[in-house]
Amino acid sequence: MSSQLRRRENAISPPASLLLNACFILLSLACILPVILVVIVSFTHIDSLVSEGYRFIPSRWSTIAYESLFKDYGTLVRAYAISIGLTVGGTALSVILMALYAYPISRQDYPFRAFFTFILFFTMLFSGGVVSKYIVFTQVLDLLDTYAALLLPLLIIPFNVIIMRTFFQATIHPALIESARIDGAGEFRIFFRIVLPLSLPVMATMALLGTIVFWNDWFNALLFIRTEEKYPLQYLMLRVLNDVQYLRNNVQLASQNPELMSNLPDESLQMALAVVCMGPILLVYPFFQKYFVKGLTVGAVKG
Amino acid sequence: MRERTGFALFVHSLWKYRFLTIMLAPALAVLVVNNYMPMFGVFIAFKNINYIDGIFGSPWVGFKNFEFLFNSGSIWRITRNTVLYSVAFMIVNTVLSVVIAVAINELRGRLAKTYQTFLIMPYFLSMIVVGYLVYAFLNPEKGFVNGTVLEWFGADPVSWYSEKPYWPYILILVNAWKNVGIGAVIYIAAIAGIDNEYYEAAVIDGATKWKQIVHITLPLIQPIIVILTILSMGSVFNTDFGLFYQVPMDSGALYPVTDTVDTYVYRVLMELNDIGMSSAAALAQSVLGFILVLLTNSAVRRINSDQALF
Repeated sequence: MSSQLRRRENAISPPASLLLNACFILLSLACILPVILVVIVSFTHIDSLVSEGYRFIPSRWSTIAYESLFKDYGTLVRAYAISIGLTVGGTALSVILMALYAYPISRQDYPFRAFFTFILFFTMLFSGGVVSKYIVFTQVLDLLDTYAALLLPLLIIPFNVIIMRTFFQATIHPALIESARIDGAGEFRIFFRIVLPLSLPVMATMALLGTIVFWNDWFNALLFIRTEEKYPLQYLMLRVLNDVQYLRNNVQLASQNPELMSNLPDESLQMALAVVCMGPILLVYPFFQKYFVKGLTVGAVKG
Repeated sequence: MRERTGFALFVHSLWKYRFLTIMLAPALAVLVVNNYMPMFGVFIAFKNINYIDGIFGSPWVGFKNFEFLFNSGSIWRITRNTVLYSVAFMIVNTVLSVVIAVAINELRGRLAKTYQTFLIMPYFLSMIVVGYLVYAFLNPEKGFVNGTVLEWFGADPVSWYSEKPYWPYILILVNAWKNVGIGAVIYIAAIAGIDNEYYEAAVIDGATKWKQIVHITLPLIQPIIVILTILSMGSVFNTDFGLFYQVPMDSGALYPVTDTVDTYVYRVLMELNDIGMSSAAALAQSVLGFILVLLTNSAVRRINSDQALF
């Protein structure tokens, strides 16, 4: 009670508080306005775009961009399905594989614990680099143009495995495992029936981190995906923006292909694509940011 | 019970703990394929790879690829850009994150939580989406900056994607926009961990808010600032590929100020198909990064051995 009272006494003065709030409102606007601009452009009528450019308050509105986006829905829906599949499958696989690695190296009695921890840790120190990985994936493993090439690089995040290991060490008491073993439970049974249910918070955090990583990934698609039918959503967006930009910058090429030029998606369509792509993340992140922040700060303290 | 030694003990524990080893086998396989095979694959930097002989049959050329790299003239440019951007990001982001964390801590309460939600939002967007957002502002004909902001001031429109001088500032701004919020979260957590008695004592002694920040808050979170800064030193040779490739739209006119090791390696590999030179650059990056991490760690150990990574 008294501490709370002092805390109030120690609060900043009303004018300072007002000033600080004003600053933070401006900062919050700076964070959200670019997104709002893109949403508005996606709803702006083409005439408005041509005559006055991108405005926060356009003179004419239109939903034509979304109509044409969903009319020609084949590509978009396919890319969406691929991204959702990769995100769900990749996240599930990633969390279970990381937990299965983190648990043994968290066990004090496991004799190879130090060795496998080092194997994991060393990958954080040294990497073969992107060219070597590209050659290995394409020449040795023959993963060019496969979804495996999109999943493999993101499945095991060493730092997250270390966080999970630390969590297991802190929450699962060795006596618990010992008593389960005396009762006749095998290692797998102990892991799935006792360890996992006790570790749901860290599993949830890892699942959220994984969702973001898989949903937002496009670099691996840039390296390994060649067929248009296999483009995930983010990579489809990259191609749309860059190809249109390329054509607009090459007037000569455009003048030789008038048909190509007229079929270019206009800007509201591009922005509609961006809205459709960031939609899911923007809708869900306010709900899970709490867990995300928790996971992040756990990592920071242990790091 | 019979004493077991050496190999017999090893075999025994291998058998006794076989289920734990089986558990970590799948992830181990991923690490081998995804991390260790490319590590051993770095030998391609010393070969002249051609597709007829394959990666194993191609002839060894010693350090020829590195010679080409150093004679190509790009090495100075990409190294300078990479290091300068990394350092600039480090300074700008750290300062802004700490300032925001300290300020948000003074507000507390529901509003502070709301601001925090807005500030970390950009972190959740992919660089592709960020590229679209930047394009909405900088589009030469219709973008918000040329069409509205510059018009207010009566300035001439700028063709942003071909004017070099602006890009260092744009990139620093975009990077700060995306990452400062999440950086602040770590410092907010650190400040929340400070014992309130320090502040109570300071209030009794009549310390102003500013004095409390300078003499209590900042000194107490200083170890975390130091550690995080030193840790990011280890990745000075690595840049966010998306920021430098997608946000400037891979515009050739901007390469002098946007080309970093990562974009250079990608371009030489995928567009010029020069495996030799790109692998040499990538290997140089990995080795320098490795050395920096080791140096960093020994520096951390010297300052505070508890916080050293290994």
